[in-house]
Amino acid sequence: MRVLVQSDPFDAAALLSGFGAGAGAVVTFTGLVRGDGGLVALELEHYPGMTEAALSDHARAAARRFALTDVLVVHRFGRIELGAPIMMVATAAPHRRAAFDGADFLMDWLKSRAPFWKREIGADGPGGWVAAKDADEDALSRW
Amino acid sequence: MTLDVLYFAWLRERIGVPRERVESRAETVRDLVAELAARDDWHAAALADLSAVRVAVDQRLADMDASLAGAREVAFFPPMTGG
Repeated sequence: MRVLVQSDPFDAAALLSGFGAGAGAVVTFTGLVRGDGGLVALELEHYPGMTEAALSDHARAAARRFALTDVLVVHRFGRIELGAPIMMVATAAPHRRAAFDGADFLMDWLKSRAPFWKREIGADGPGGWVAAKDADEDALSRW
Repeated sequence: MTLDVLYFAWLRERIGVPRERVESRAETVRDLVAELAARDDWHAAALADLSAVRVAVDQRLADMDASLAGAREVAFFPPMTGG
């Protein structure tokens, strides 16, 4: 299991090299900065210390619940340009269903329980903080 | 007791500092919110609508009725928007 919280861009191919060796299925999800409403970048704030602990706790919980053989979570903070990866999760399991479900579960949790806050940066500078979506909170009740 | 109180995102901006050390007699998070809101208008405004505020006690998510017995660090922030 590996959890990375960093401001630098990450190299997905390098991180996934050897990930899940021996498993039957690997699922990866990567979230990118979307260009809504003239946005040119996102600025992500986080809670140093709590972020790493919370991500590790939840990666362990996902591994137990879905019998994952490996979990990777990488999440950036700071300024992230349009189109660039914000975060990635990868799960490995003997079969695909557990790998998909484990990744889905981790993503639903990350959206509304990991201590990150996004702010939109437009061409004219910093804009507003992104509001949490009810749909993201509702998604957690699936689990 | 002495508490480190942290603020993130728009709470940090409205209160004007990312963290402060406070002397508190609060037994619960709700008591602490009342003490902080009484400090000045900025705290009061930022903490006026608690439906928009989440809290962590010693870096674990908690609720407004959580006990502060033995706590050292309390953080206030808006609903999280990771992923």
